[in-house]
Amino acid sequence: MEEIHFTPADYKSDQAVRWCPGCGDHAILNTLQKAMATLGIAPHRTAVISGIGCSSRLPYYMNTYGFHTIHGRAAAIATGYKVANPEMTVWQISGDGDGLAIGGNHFIHAVRRNVDINIILFNNKIYGLTKGQYSPTSARGFVSKSSPYGTTEDPFIPAELVFGARGNFFARSIDVELATSQEVMVAAARHKGTSVVEILQNCVIFNNGIHNPITDREVRAERTITLRHGEKMLFGANKERGLVQDGFLLKAVTIGEDGYTIDDVLVHDAHTPTNFLHQQLAMMDGLGELPLALGVIRDVESPSYEEGVCRQVDEVRARKGFSSLRDMILAGDTWTVTD
Amino acid sequence: MLENTNVKTLDKVVVRFSGDSGDGMQLAGNIFTNVSAGLGNQVSTFPDYPAEIRAPQGSLGGVSGFQVSVGKGVHTPGDNCDVLISMNAAALKQNHRFLKPGGVIIVDIDSFRESDLKKAQYATDNPFEELGIKAQIVEVPVTSMTKAALADSGLDNKSVLKCRNIFALGLVCWLFDRPLDAALRHLHSKFAKKPAVYEANATVLRAGYDYGHNIHASVSTYRVETEDPKPGVYTDINGNTATAWGLVMASEKCGRPLFLGSYPITPATDILHELAKRKDLGVKACQMEDEIAGVCSAIGASFAGNLAVTSTSGPGLALKSEGIGLAVMAELPLVVIDVQRGGPSTGLPTKTEQTDLMQALYGRNGESPLAVVAPASPTDCFTMAFEACRIAVEHMTPVILLSDAFIGNGSSAWRVPEADEYPEIKTPDIPAEKLADHSWHAYDRRDNLGRYWPVGGTEGAAHRLGGLEKDAVTGAISNNPVNHEKMVMLRREKIARIADDIPELELLGDTDADTLLVGWGGTYGHLHSATEELNARGRKVALAHFRYINPLPKNTGEVLAQYKHIIVTELNTGMFADYLQCRYPDARISRINKIQGQPFAVSEIVDRVTKYMEED
Repeated sequence: MEEIHFTPADYKSDQAVRWCPGCGDHAILNTLQKAMATLGIAPHRTAVISGIGCSSRLPYYMNTYGFHTIHGRAAAIATGYKVANPEMTVWQISGDGDGLAIGGNHFIHAVRRNVDINIILFNNKIYGLTKGQYSPTSARGFVSKSSPYGTTEDPFIPAELVFGARGNFFARSIDVELATSQEVMVAAARHKGTSVVEILQNCVIFNNGIHNPITDREVRAERTITLRHGEKMLFGANKERGLVQDGFLLKAVTIGEDGYTIDDVLVHDAHTPTNFLHQQLAMMDGLGELPLALGVIRDVESPSYEEGVCRQVDEVRARKGFSSLRDMILAGDTWTVTD
Repeated sequence: MLENTNVKTLDKVVVRFSGDSGDGMQLAGNIFTNVSAGLGNQVSTFPDYPAEIRAPQGSLGGVSGFQVSVGKGVHTPGDNCDVLISMNAAALKQNHRFLKPGGVIIVDIDSFRESDLKKAQYATDNPFEELGIKAQIVEVPVTSMTKAALADSGLDNKSVLKCRNIFALGLVCWLFDRPLDAALRHLHSKFAKKPAVYEANATVLRAGYDYGHNIHASVSTYRVETEDPKPGVYTDINGNTATAWGLVMASEKCGRPLFLGSYPITPATDILHELAKRKDLGVKACQMEDEIAGVCSAIGASFAGNLAVTSTSGPGLALKSEGIGLAVMAELPLVVIDVQRGGPSTGLPTKTEQTDLMQALYGRNGESPLAVVAPASPTDCFTMAFEACRIAVEHMTPVILLSDAFIGNGSSAWRVPEADEYPEIKTPDIPAEKLADHSWHAYDRRDNLGRYWPVGGTEGAAHRLGGLEKDAVTGAISNNPVNHEKMVMLRREKIARIADDIPELELLGDTDADTLLVGWGGTYGHLHSATEELNARGRKVALAHFRYINPLPKNTGEVLAQYKHIIVTELNTGMFADYLQCRYPDARISRINKIQGQPFAVSEIVDRVTKYMEED
C-alpha cells in the first residue's frame, strides 16, 4: 500500500485565524498541525472537538472534522463521538475555564473512564473571551475584574485533578516550547486512553506574562525540567542539575556538589503504574527549589472505555446471536394468535 | 367445585393489588397481567408506587399499588377496581376508595393486628367500620397460610414472608380462572437462578389457588371476555420498553448504530436499563456522569454518524436544554425522550403529568424550534419512538418524545411487528457527485431543508459545526445580520415542513357532532373510553387525539373549524389548549385539567364534558 504523507498544511482550513496578535494559541495551533502530520493520520480520520473560550475556536482552523460546542461540554461530546466511531482520532481543545470550571465534572469523568481522547488544556489562568475574570487555575489573591481585591480561593492544579481522577497520561508544555509541545502531543495521540496535555499559554491581552517567572528565556532552563522516559532527570543551562530522591520527597541538586554524582540522579519512568512519583513530579511548580516539569510525566497503559464497550457488544452479540429486534423479542415470553 | 360458585361474566375487570412497597405487589400484578394477556385478554396496567424505596413497614407512606384492567375493549387500567387486594391495614386505608360499589376486598387478616392498625393510624380497632366499607370483605390469613405451606421448605422466616404476594396471586388466579401453569412459567423465568425460591413460590401459588377454591362459597368468580385480536405473535410490553424497542427498530431501518447517552432518573430509567441489555443487538448505551453529559455524548455520537438518543424526565430535560439548543444550531439528528412526571423541580417523581409541554416546545434560548411528538399509549411508545427517529434523521433535527409515567410504566399486550411493517428510514447521505467534485458545504440543504449527514471519517466530508451562527451558503461563522435572520427562518421552516411528512389528524367517536374532545399523548385511553361512554349515553362528541405536537398535523385547523365547541383535556393547567388557541384564535376552546399526579378517571371526563354540554 502506498504510504501517504501529510504536511501541516493539510490540516489547515481556509478560515482566517482570529486570535489576538501575540496570543499563545497561534503557536499551539501550528504545533498541533505539525503533530498531526507527524502522526500521519489523515485529516478526515481526525475529529477536533472544543467547548467555549478563545482556545475553543481552534476547530474552525482545522481541515478535519470539527465541532465547536458549548461551554464545558467538550469532554462529554468527545466521549460520545469516540464511543460511536472508535476508528476516529479524537482531540479535545479546552481552556482552564472551559475544562476545569464549568466542565470540571466532565473532565474528571472522561479521565476516570479512560476514553481514548487527547485533551489539550490551554492554561492561561484567566477568562479571555469574557475579558478578564479569574479562572479556577488563578492563584489565591489574584486580582482581576471579578476579583478587584484579590481572590479568596485556592486554584486547581490540573495535574492533581488528573491524578485524583486516576489518569494514565499527563504531559505538560509551554506555548513557546514548540518542540516539546509537538513531542507531547504526538505521545498523547499514541497513548490509548484519555491523555491530558496541559500547555501553559500566555494571554497577551488579559494576563500577559502570567507564566513569565518560569518561562522567561533567562530563567527557563533553571526553572523547568523536560522529562523523557528512560532518561536522567537533568535540567539547567548545561544539564548540570538533577533531581534526586530525598526520603519520600524530591530534591534538586547540582551534580558535583554536596557529594551528589550523576548516578544519584533519578531516571524517569513514565510507564510505572504507581503514580506516587509522577504526582510529585507534576506538582513541582518551578517557583521554589524544584523546577516545573515538562514533557510526558505519566504514560501508563490501561484498558480504554470505548474498547471495553465495543468488546462487550461483540461478546454479547456472539453469545446471544440475535439477528434482529424481532428475533430477540421472539426468544422471550410471547404467545401466538391465529385466525 | 367451580360449577357451584357464582360466576359473573364481564367484558372487563379491574384488579388492584396493594401492600407494602416491599410486599412484591408489582411482581404479583405483572404476572397476573402477563397470564391474562396470554389468554387473549386486552390488558392495561397502572403501577402506582411511592417515591420512597422502603418507607417504614406497615406505614401509610410505604403503600405500593398495581392496578390492571383485563378483558375486552380495554383502553385504560380502569378508574376503579372490581377486586382490591390489601396485604395490610395501611394498604386498605390508602386503597379502599378505588373499589367499585359491589366490589370485593381481599385482605391479609394476619396484618390487621393492633400494632398494624396503629402503624396505619387507625383510631379504632375496627378498620372496616372506621373506613365505612360496605363491600364484601374476604378475610384471608395470607401470612399464616404462607408460613404453613412452607413449613417444610427449610427457608428462613424472612424468605418465607417474601412469598405472601404469590399466595395472593394464587388466590386471584383462582378468582379469575387463570391457568396456574402460565403463572408458574413466569415465576420460573423470574427466579431461574434461584431454584429454591422458585419452588417455594410455586408451592405458595398452588396453596393460594387451592385456598380460593376451598372458600368459593363466599366469593363471586369472574369469567372475563377475550378479544379477537389480529393474528400474530404477541408479548406484554410496558411503555418504556416499547420506547427502547422502537429506537432499536429505527436503528435497524436506517442502518446506523444506536447510541444512548443517559443518566438514571425516575420514571425514565427503564429505557436505559433496556437499552443496556440490548448490547446483544449492538446498542451502545452509556450511563454518563450527569444529564448534561447524557445529551452531550449523544450529540457527539450523532456528529460521528450514529442514531443518537438521550432519555430523561422533566428535571433532566431542563438540564439538557443548552445541549438541545446546540443540536438545533448544528442541525444534527437527536432524539430526546422525556418521560414526564409531576413537577416543578423534583415534584412527584413517580407520578404522572403532562406538564413539560411548554418546556419541550420553548425551553431553550433563542429561536430554537424542534419537533415534538407524544405517544398515546404504552404500545404506541414503540411507534412514536420510531417516528421520532425517522423525523430526526430525515429532517436533521432534534426531536423530543413526550412520554409520561402513566404510559411509561403501564403495559399492554402488543403484537410484534413483522420485519417489513415499518418503513426504511432514508439517511441523508451526501450525493456521490457532490463529494467527488468537492462542491458540498455543511449547510447545503435538501428539498425538506434538512442538511446532509456524513459519517465521521468519510473522505471529502470533513466539516466544522458549532454553536455560532453560520453562513447559509458556506457554513463559515457569520455575524451578518441578514444572514442570521435568514438562518432563523430556514430552521423554522425546516420544522414546519415536517407537517408534509406526518399523518393527518384522525377523528374518533361521533364525528357528526358540535363538540370535539381534544387530547394529546398519554391520556388517549381515558379519552377514548370517555368518548365511547358519552356516545353510548347519546351525547354527540368526537375525539381528536394528537400524537404529533410540533408541527401539528396539516388538517388541524380544518378539523377544529368543524366544531362549535372544543374541549381540550390534559394533565396540566392548559398548556396544549393555549398552544392551540394561539394558533387557531377562532376556535372556541374550553378546558378540562387535572394536576394531581394521577391519570384522569374516565368518569370525571364524562361528567365534566357532560356539564359543559349541558351549559352550551
